[in-house]
Amino acid sequence: MRIATLCGMGFGTSMMLKLSVEDILEEEGIKAKVESWDLGSHKGQQADIIVAPDDMERHLKDSESKVVLISRLTDEEEIKEKLMKVIREMED
Amino acid sequence: MNEIKKLPDQFDLKELLTIDQVRANIAVEDWEEAADIIGELLVEAEKVEPEYVEKMKQALDDMGPYMVVAPGVALLHARPEDGVLEPCVALITLEEPVEFGHEENDPVDIVFAFGATDKESHIPALKTLAKQLKSKDVIKAIRSAQTDENLHEAFLTTHDE
Repeated sequence: MRIATLCGMGFGTSMMLKLSVEDILEEEGIKAKVESWDLGSHKGQQADIIVAPDDMERHLKDSESKVVLISRLTDEEEIKEKLMKVIREMED
Repeated sequence: MNEIKKLPDQFDLKELLTIDQVRANIAVEDWEEAADIIGELLVEAEKVEPEYVEKMKQALDDMGPYMVVAPGVALLHARPEDGVLEPCVALITLEEPVEFGHEENDPVDIVFAFGATDKESHIPALKTLAKQLKSKDVIKAIRSAQTDENLHEAFLTTHDE
């Protein structure tokens, strides 16, 4: 599985999200490659799931990936709940 | 308060966030003034070029208020090539919260700014920052700090939960 985190510049907010996503995946025993993307270069790239701050929604309208939108980026519970829901749906 | 311990030094956050990059209880009119004031702390310390402050504001203008990462907490930055001289971080708290335009996490009274020199080397410091921001005790201590010294200590102290 390939998971991307997205933000405007690719190394602040998205990096914080990446760290949380990696922690969650490790806890849940799920193997996936996680990378952080920025708005300038994400188009044309492929990922199974994109995790992004919720006000990035407008940039992800045409995305073929599953999109997980987060409002409280420091809240690991919110990220876990939303991310695991999508992962479980994909496994079904 | 007896279960408090200092963060390990290897994360470098303690080294990065020196007392002169911290200001408690600043009065500002709007988010732009908050960005100017925190940016000026980094400019005065010769950590970033003056243009970096403009780029941070421009980033928020162009890309939306997603940098308001948690309720009341903004994390401002621009790109390494926008004028970062040294890896750095600054922290201010606001006397009265201001709107950044985020639907859920406004208004903001805790503002961080950071400058990174590349896309990797700030990750350990960012990891510690994220850990601190997740702690309700840390956020509470940051909000109740009235002096720069108290604020500095509040942010760099970790709590066992």
